Amino acid sequence: MTTVVSLDRVTVEFPAVDGEGVVRALDTVSLEFRDNEFVVALGASGCGKTTLLNVIAGFLQPTSGKILHRDEPIRGPGSDRGVVFQKHALLPWLNVLENTAFGLKLQGVARDERLSRARDYLALVGLSDFERYPVYQLSGGMQQRVGLARALTCDPDMLLMDEPLGALDAFTRENMQELVLDAWSKTRKVVFFITHSVEEALFMATRLIVMSPRPGRITHTYDIDFSRRFFETGNARQVKSSPEFIALREEVLSIIYGEETGDAQP
Amino acid sequence: MKPGLFRRRRPQAVDQYGAPGRGSGTLISAVTIVVLLGGWWIVTQLGLIRPLFLPAPEMVIAKFAKIACTEHYFERLLVAVGGLAEVEAKCHGFSDHTLHEHILWSLYRVFSAFALATVTAVPIGISMGMSRHARGVFDPPIEFYRPIPPLAYLPLTIIWFGIGESGKLFLIFLACFAPIAINARAGVRSVSIEQIHAAYSMGASHGQVLRQVVLKAALPEILTGMRVAIAFGWTTLVAAEMVAAKAGIGVMVLNAARFLATDIVFLGIIVIGAVAFVFDLIMRRVERALVPWKGRM
Repeated sequence: MTTVVSLDRVTVEFPAVDGEGVVRALDTVSLEFRDNEFVVALGASGCGKTTLLNVIAGFLQPTSGKILHRDEPIRGPGSDRGVVFQKHALLPWLNVLENTAFGLKLQGVARDERLSRARDYLALVGLSDFERYPVYQLSGGMQQRVGLARALTCDPDMLLMDEPLGALDAFTRENMQELVLDAWSKTRKVVFFITHSVEEALFMATRLIVMSPRPGRITHTYDIDFSRRFFETGNARQVKSSPEFIALREEVLSIIYGEETGDAQP
Repeated sequence: MKPGLFRRRRPQAVDQYGAPGRGSGTLISAVTIVVLLGGWWIVTQLGLIRPLFLPAPEMVIAKFAKIACTEHYFERLLVAVGGLAEVEAKCHGFSDHTLHEHILWSLYRVFSAFALATVTAVPIGISMGMSRHARGVFDPPIEFYRPIPPLAYLPLTIIWFGIGESGKLFLIFLACFAPIAINARAGVRSVSIEQIHAAYSMGASHGQVLRQVVLKAALPEILTGMRVAIAFGWTTLVAAEMVAAKAGIGVMVLNAARFLATDIVFLGIIVIGAVAFVFDLIMRRVERALVPWKGRM
């Protein structure tokens, strides 16, 4: 397996709000993203998940440490790393199809070519019938599907998803989990996915990293395969109610709650 | 799905319990207008107020017909085209110009100054939103001159530009400039950081982010600024035409006041109000056609 993105002892510090000293948002984090991996970061607010994503996306430069994309240092954002945001990221003056093709337009791809490629990815997320719709007429779940299709249309080798399902209702959210897994299995991207939901994290991840705040760092890593079981059976509820799933869910929950009450387990 | 320029807007019924200002006010507005006009008519019919202070509506209409030269209009048109008609068709309008000449002069002044303000204020406002350097340079002069009434710097424009057209245009230009620049600057802030980050992570250059994300996102505010600006333009028109203008609605009103021709003053006021109102209606249509997403995303 080739390494797509690697972080080597990456530290990010911000000036503290009170003006004295610094806040360590990330503390010497080392991590590798390999081909076909679905890495999910889980943790309480302020644990540095989003900071980690911003560093990989290139929106943020680390204070120290090295971050490489295919052995090249990451100096800024680029179309090789697509980002799906929680919300507010679509362009309301473009319709669904134009939004999806926007990245290719930026790269100077001819109109017919970019629209036909955008249609392929709209089909992948099940929005073929909505290509002429204004994005502000879509539901939240459909907007997120446009966001996913838009990121995929640029054909990045890594997909960064910052709580993409966080603003959706519970039913839409479960459907979207399956849709994202489906898109991932068909496109074979490396995914880095942030969530607050333990169940979502366990269901989707091939590797789960649990982070903890002050300073932001990775405390636990799990290699799991519930998503593979889902692909085999096609039954998400069955996977989520299996004894192994529930046992691991309780274990991860106790880690997170343990940290929040201040007596973290080693 | 895109609303056309003249398609009727779907009613956006906010008819929930406690929604502020719920229900339609159109009927009440119509009643208000009828009551105002009717009151005007009755008061003048009963002779309660002398025509010098309040001319009767029919006097204003008669004056309109006279100075708009609506009589023998077709014949005079032929005379103007090349002496094709023998009809004696003299009509002097008011102050040596017919009403539509006055209107055209004022429209020319307001709209050329407005156009000039738009093409300069939008880039400056956007640059103020985008860069602290531009903001540092342009913020003090704009914030300083903005609250000053145009009449206060009217003498200065005469000293600088003389009594020709340029001084008048400059005065209206200044009135239009500030609201457009300030709204364009505010418009930059309505772009979300997610939209900008998304564009960069799809390979956008800085120029592409500016043109294809920031400018588009700022468009609703820019159009709002233009609506406010054109209203300021009309407000400033009379001041601009105070000095040595031969024709224009403002001149017409000022000259009429000198001769105590109250009916023409009324006529001028109604014309300015009507033209400004029609333009605002057009701007609202344009807004709905260009930025249908306004307030919905």
